Amino acid sequence: MTRRLAFALAVLVLATLPFWLTNSYYVNIASQILIWAMLALALNVLAGYAGLVSLGHAGLFGMASYAAALSVAGGAAHLTAAVLALAATLVASAVFALLSLRSTGISFLMITLALGQILWGIAYRWISLTNGDNGINLLSRPAPFGISLESPQAFYLATLAAFLLVVTAMEIFVASPFGASLCGTRDQPRRMTALGYNVWLIRFLAFLFSGLVAGIAGLFFLYYDKFVSPHALSLATSAEALLMVISGGTGTLIGPIAGAALVVVMKYVASAYIERWNLVLGAIFVAIVLFMPEGLVPGMLRLWRAMRRARRARAAAAHLG
Amino acid sequence: MTALEVRELQKSFGGLTVTANVSLAVKEGERRLIIGPNGAGKTTLFNLITGELKPASGRIMLFGRDITRIPSRLRAHLGVARTYQIITLFPGETLLRNAVLSLLGLSPLRWNPVVRLDRLASLAEDARAALARVGLGAIAGRPLGETSYGERRRVEIAMALAQRPRLLLLDEPFAGLSVEERRDILRLILGIPREVTIVMIEHDMDTALEFADRITLLHFGKVIADGTRAEVVADPRTREVYLGE
Repeated sequence: MTRRLAFALAVLVLATLPFWLTNSYYVNIASQILIWAMLALALNVLAGYAGLVSLGHAGLFGMASYAAALSVAGGAAHLTAAVLALAATLVASAVFALLSLRSTGISFLMITLALGQILWGIAYRWISLTNGDNGINLLSRPAPFGISLESPQAFYLATLAAFLLVVTAMEIFVASPFGASLCGTRDQPRRMTALGYNVWLIRFLAFLFSGLVAGIAGLFFLYYDKFVSPHALSLATSAEALLMVISGGTGTLIGPIAGAALVVVMKYVASAYIERWNLVLGAIFVAIVLFMPEGLVPGMLRLWRAMRRARRARAAAAHLG
Repeated sequence: MTALEVRELQKSFGGLTVTANVSLAVKEGERRLIIGPNGAGKTTLFNLITGELKPASGRIMLFGRDITRIPSRLRAHLGVARTYQIITLFPGETLLRNAVLSLLGLSPLRWNPVVRLDRLASLAEDARAALARVGLGAIAGRPLGETSYGERRRVEIAMALAQRPRLLLLDEPFAGLSVEERRDILRLILGIPREVTIVMIEHDMDTALEFADRITLLHFGKVIADGTRAEVVADPRTREVYLGE
């Protein structure tokens, strides 16, 4: 009940954000947070629930951006371009999964890293197709149902709608039998096979789901900047997404969102005051690993519970005294 | 009818032959005990029967059907269930969720990504019944991490029984238990109806003898003795190999 209330309250705050946060600069930062949170949530399906840490998700994210940008440049309407882009991302995810799911652990990480680098290489070096380092410009943002998304506020609300859709889908997925099966393959793959589960197929389908959500994030990333360059597919982007997941809390729903907020705020807000903001972000990550290895959200919950217990104990002691 | 038949099964790890031409047949409803010293290849034999390992040669028949090439997960659907010598459960979940995962493994519902698992009342009910069967009904909601080792041994058995197997493979179900706990688990195993054929690996002969109709003695991957309980116990090779006298 409290969970549902908290969720409703959070939605209300987020939906009214453009009205109380009047500075467009901050509205844009909120959009960025939502976009990166979608990518972090996508990665969390694999890294968190499947126990498969991918370092190639920027490849899938950028794949959607590039596919949509190229389709629009080729004359397609925005809707067609988006559908094509998501289809292309799904195909890429399937190829990623077929190759990387031969292994788990470090080998899985290395294979996804290599696959991500291949896509980055294509974006960077296949200049006749991708325009190389110069990237691709998009003339305008899409206008769904004739509503222009050119203003920061309108774009924020559209991104929020997609974000809420993704969060809801994640929530349903995690609580479903399939979600439970996926977590089972993370904890006891051998036992799962002996119980009759097709561990490979479960992981494969989870990979597709993860890739699709990464693709949705990639679309909004393109619409936000109206520009995409090879940097979107770089290893640095993959690592950043992974850091969001790990710092926020792997295998939780709120964790990756909090992690995305942390990184984006550091990047765009703290960098205005501190030149070496990367150093501060690094220090924060080290602190998280040292003091809250389970991530910010589960760590805070643990602290809060401990504090409440201590307060109750003190109250009980005072009562007795 | 023969529930399980193993014919001339071979398996080596590198140069070490762990299953050397093993043949055995277990009748439907039989209670078979497999004994042998450490490294005799008992657990490897189980892994071959469940399909976790592939044999170099030989055949495995389940109720007359050749399952040698059938993947492990499908053998569960054909009625093979097992427990593990080293406890292999879902540590972050409750006992109930552990049992639910066992039931879900054979249900088409396991592919469903949209219903809420905790709203599937009949599944939870069956899981509770499976836990009640091993005497854990009262603590079904407890996280596995807060249970004792003996209780986890019971969960292992509950997970296997929940799948209503035709062939149950128990890998050292008494390992690490106290004398009383062993007695309780033995009573539990003796209470399993005869529709279920049981093959059990066990070191503890004192506890396990009462269970066995027939005994197979393995040593260095070979079947040394195979016969009724009395025959194998009386066999001088049993004393030599196993009892170390």
